[in-house]
Amino acid sequence: MTVAESPLDPPAGVPAGERPDPGAAAGGPGRTGRAGRGSRRSPWRQPLAVTGFVVLALWTLVAVFAPALAPYDPDAQAFDTLQAPSGAHLFGTDEVGRDVLSRVLFGARISLPYAVILVVAAMLIGAVLGGLAGYFGGWVDAVVMRLADLVFAFPGIILALAIAAALGPQLRNAVIAVVVVSWPSYARLVRSLVLSARGAQYVVSSRLLGASGLRTLVVDIRPNSAGPVFVMAALDVGNAVLLLSGLSFLGLGAQPPTAEWGAMVAAGAQNFDRWWVGLFPGLAILTVVLAFNFVGDTLRDVLDPRTAREVRA
Amino acid sequence: MTAPLLRLRDVAVEYGRGAARVRAVDGVDLDVRPGEILGLVGESGCGKSTLGRAATGLEPLARGTVEFLGRPVEPAGRRRRGADLRRLQMVFQDPYASLNPRRKVGELIADGVVLGGGRRADGLRRARELLERVGLPGDAVGSYPHEFSGGQRQRIAIARTLAADPACIVADEPISALDASAQAQVANLLSELVAEASLGMVFVSHDLSVVRQVAHRVAVMYLGRIVEIGDTATVWSDPRHPYTEALVAAIPRADGAGTLPVDLPGDVPDPAAPPSGCHFHPRCPLVQDRCRVQDPRLEPVAGRSAACLVRAPGSGNRAGAVPLTGPGRP
Repeated sequence: MTVAESPLDPPAGVPAGERPDPGAAAGGPGRTGRAGRGSRRSPWRQPLAVTGFVVLALWTLVAVFAPALAPYDPDAQAFDTLQAPSGAHLFGTDEVGRDVLSRVLFGARISLPYAVILVVAAMLIGAVLGGLAGYFGGWVDAVVMRLADLVFAFPGIILALAIAAALGPQLRNAVIAVVVVSWPSYARLVRSLVLSARGAQYVVSSRLLGASGLRTLVVDIRPNSAGPVFVMAALDVGNAVLLLSGLSFLGLGAQPPTAEWGAMVAAGAQNFDRWWVGLFPGLAILTVVLAFNFVGDTLRDVLDPRTAREVRA
Repeated sequence: MTAPLLRLRDVAVEYGRGAARVRAVDGVDLDVRPGEILGLVGESGCGKSTLGRAATGLEPLARGTVEFLGRPVEPAGRRRRGADLRRLQMVFQDPYASLNPRRKVGELIADGVVLGGGRRADGLRRARELLERVGLPGDAVGSYPHEFSGGQRQRIAIARTLAADPACIVADEPISALDASAQAQVANLLSELVAEASLGMVFVSHDLSVVRQVAHRVAVMYLGRIVEIGDTATVWSDPRHPYTEALVAAIPRADGAGTLPVDLPGDVPDPAAPPSGCHFHPRCPLVQDRCRVQDPRLEPVAGRSAACLVRAPGSGNRAGAVPLTGPGRP
């Protein structure tokens, strides 16, 4: 089978994290890069970190250049249905005769940007609400954190399902649903960071100089608390990809004929004996999620070993 | 006498609730006048830092009042600090914690001007002047705090408070975290600033030899109370409270003949359950029966005030004259 040799096949080659990438192993970026300073802990020497970065870089390229890379129109039902992988269709064709490889490549244009957008949105909402709750305490804190508890009380995917179903099956609504279930984690983290930073001497000294609470929050506390939040966000993108794909798999996210990995896996589940229909989009999800987790772990180690525990907890 | 800048009356600060309540500061009166450095000394945990924080409004008072320039110092809350209170500033012990590591030195100092309503450009100009005043190059405005040593950072922190044009500064162990060489520089700088601008300063320290050098008056604290207060020279040459006496005797001397306070058995008692009567009586070499039941007040004696039933038996103590006995130093 020619599948493994395909240059357009980053997912199949990488997941185990064992393949030392030639480009990264040369250590080029590590010597001069900012992260390269701590020689022994340098992320450029950790195989998982390098794997994560490389996989993400490849997927990003795929997302950007999908029209050039894809051999066929992803939505064209132009071929015989359910063909096994072959030279003409490296990943085979699906139940309505579309090229699976082209659809997997175009799927990167859905999953990656939407996941990033929703994580950024959840992070911003959570950070602002959590920051206000932590700094001002009192009823602001009570309202925000009870709202967060309300969300925490449900399993994330169930709540997202309910919200997406209520809003109507549409990719945009799925994103909103995932944002709604994601922001409380950020609010909780930022609140705790602000609570501990609020008593810091540099904050007190700014207050003595006449700074308002909001100013110290933005000028003094924010830059010193951003690290752990970014780490959490990086770790969360993988999660967001999974949740979004999950909603699409269940028919509540991307609607046909959109080439979306979760929806494609769902089609694969309908045609279980035709393994290629579901396997390749599934591998795409797997590699992206793993890569984001590797990168998130690495970021956490590099940015702040202390907060690693808080983020995990 | 000039009017005090900072006036504390019957100040008490408590931590905790119910049975776990600790009275960290218990009924302290203090005045700080322009051009004066008031040294506040005592062992760890005696409440001197808490008193300093209470004086700037950083600790809520359980009792008593703090006035700055005739106005009550409001506790630091969520609201912005009033413009008049900006002239009451604080220098913290740890210059690694009191400067925001993510902001440039110039911005940090300019805050003093900007937060008072000034323009940023004026603030940066002032920052250069102040940096030079505290002995650093004006170009330091473009650097981050981590590029400086502890002593330099403390001078930056001082420049930051100076930018707010303070009338009174509470310095909480300002040199305790510094190297010996930097200690002297920063202590001298603070002395000069007080003399130049007629500032008032509360200098909190556990280092008696430094307080002796810089402070005009000294207040000795024990377990939340001031046990002796007076001109530094007077208190030092002839301490009247047995606790002060033990502290002064414990200062190492240049010939290496420093003595340990052998006449102070035991540790500081648990402030949550202070001893009855005079708080110092379990460790006092002069202890008498009434010390265990009667609470001494500060009474004038020999040019200063001391709270000792034996050594400073004023009218309020109702104790009659007692001859100075015990291991007094010659």
